[in-house]
Amino acid sequence: MHDDPGNGSSTRRDKVRAWLDQARFFTEEVYSSRYRGAIARARRDEDDLFMLLVFSEMMGLQNPASYYTLELQPLLLERFHDWHTRMGMEHSPLDHFRCC
Amino acid sequence: MSAIFLLVVGLGAMAVGYFVYSKFIAEKIYQLDPDFKTPAHEFEDGIDYVPTNRFILWGHHFTSVAGAAPIVGPAIAVIWGWAPAFLWVVFGTIFFAGIHDFGAIWASVRNKAKSVGALTGDVVGKRARSIFMIVIFLVLLMVNAVFAVVIAGLMMNFPSAVVPVWGAIIVALIIGQMIYRRIMSLAVVSVIGVVALYVLIGIGPSMPIQMPAEVAGMSGNAIWILILFGYAAIASLLPVWMLLQPRDYINGLQLFIGLLILYGALVLLNPTLVAPAFNSDVPAGTPSLIPLLFVTIACGAISGFHGLVSSGTTSKQLNKETDARFVGYFGAVGEGMLALAAILAATAGFATLGDWQAMYTSFGQGGVNAFVQGGAFIIHNGLGLPEVTAATLLTVMAALFAGTTMDTGLRLQRYIFQEWGDIYNQQWMKKPAIATGLAVASCLLLAFGAGGADGSGGLIIWPLFGTTNQLLAGLTLLVITVMLVRMRRPMWYTLAPLCFLLVMTILALLIQLRTFWNQGNMFLLVLDIVVLVAAIMVAMECASALKRSRAEMAAQGD
Repeated sequence: MHDDPGNGSSTRRDKVRAWLDQARFFTEEVYSSRYRGAIARARRDEDDLFMLLVFSEMMGLQNPASYYTLELQPLLLERFHDWHTRMGMEHSPLDHFRCC
Repeated sequence: MSAIFLLVVGLGAMAVGYFVYSKFIAEKIYQLDPDFKTPAHEFEDGIDYVPTNRFILWGHHFTSVAGAAPIVGPAIAVIWGWAPAFLWVVFGTIFFAGIHDFGAIWASVRNKAKSVGALTGDVVGKRARSIFMIVIFLVLLMVNAVFAVVIAGLMMNFPSAVVPVWGAIIVALIIGQMIYRRIMSLAVVSVIGVVALYVLIGIGPSMPIQMPAEVAGMSGNAIWILILFGYAAIASLLPVWMLLQPRDYINGLQLFIGLLILYGALVLLNPTLVAPAFNSDVPAGTPSLIPLLFVTIACGAISGFHGLVSSGTTSKQLNKETDARFVGYFGAVGEGMLALAAILAATAGFATLGDWQAMYTSFGQGGVNAFVQGGAFIIHNGLGLPEVTAATLLTVMAALFAGTTMDTGLRLQRYIFQEWGDIYNQQWMKKPAIATGLAVASCLLLAFGAGGADGSGGLIIWPLFGTTNQLLAGLTLLVITVMLVRMRRPMWYTLAPLCFLLVMTILALLIQLRTFWNQGNMFLLVLDIVVLVAAIMVAMECASALKRSRAEMAAQGD
């Protein structure tokens, strides 16, 4: 058997590529491994907050937005009255939210 | 004497320490087991507990422990001549620091990767753990105050470094975004970052920024200290990926490049040590060599701070127990090499003995400025770089290190305040901004309380910082010794350094107590007494813990 010159250069290229991959792995590890824990914890905190926001009512927590929208209530009442009359209902259909 | 000769002797001795002494300790005393399942494997979670390649782990460990302290300490201590500092750095690295750092990793790995603080509680007792917390707080307090003073001094003395030092922070911020948002690959970003840093160092001398001597009734030095703490407070509140991570990375690269440049220039130039081996003509007011040398050089010979890193993060990532020797002991050797470079720069980087004496006019003078000037002299003559550029390069190296330590230190101090808020049920204290404010206030109190209104005398507390750092090292050595006693193994290899450290620390505190009393500096007098009380408690704790363990062993043996 004799060495095919094309083959030789492709194995060399593979070697260089493998070496570059190794080098990239090392630099990325050097950059990230020291702070991996701190960053993962920060991400976990954000995820926790997001979960609480999305599922807050299911968990029996009041939606924080309702506190800030309290002063919009007079407007809401008028609009709610318009809505239920438009929909052909004389009174509010909701038991816990009475209207006229 | 030729600097190369000293360099070869120093590096040779440390190499023997690594290849012979640490091998003996690893095999006979700590008895490392390649089959032991390390916490990185036992609790592997992809976050904290990750088995890591030992070279990468060494890189992290070394860059975490190497800071400005192994530069500042030796550069101050050469006031007694180069020989005492050289001997303490070399022998300290071999018999103290190596054993301590290596032992801290080992002790932590054998105890589910717990931190030294938690281990002190488990192995020695609850009381010792409380002392440990107090000592840690004191160390952080002093390190932040001292480094602010060091950087402020550098900014005043080398105005050419102002643009690169602050520019480096902007470079780090940009790099952080580039990597976080995956705009470019890390290799490209690394090259861009280092090139940008060196371009800034190149243009620094042509755009010097000199803080006026007095602004709004305060000295320029004091203004810099305030700016630095403002910066550190903001930096410590930012997410780590934004600034701390890219900054540490660039600093790490810069550390290796800086060390290569300095060592390369030394070898090419082969300067003569102009400073005397033993300085018989020390400036008035210089304290006695014994015991002050052993607290002036802490990092570079032995430092308790390393135990925190060893047991905090390194032990959670150790792939095989036998890697502890390379990571821990060789990490200490790396730090010793940095300290050796500082000694050589501060003693061989002057044209004449007169120039050197003009630098070291009193104790605490010289220091990092001598390192920068001496190092610049060597780089200028060895590699042909303009002297002002070389000085800017070394100033940036020292200032960036001190800066990173400051914002890490402030972050840790904030955690302590938040923990106290938790323990004593003070909700307000748990808020990050308030806890950071308290940390900054306590550091400012120390920086200005110790050095007066202009903050320039803050380096007086350097030896006091050394004593607390050594106490921390003492507590770690105590944990290791008690573990060895319980395993019925020889204890003298850790007990002898422990006893030496405690004796020197207590003596140094007593001598400083008299100095502060004579100076009428009540603030430092009180601080000294606090540290002294802690030191005596540590010593008593050592005696009682060892006595108890030996009695237990004797009872079991019967």
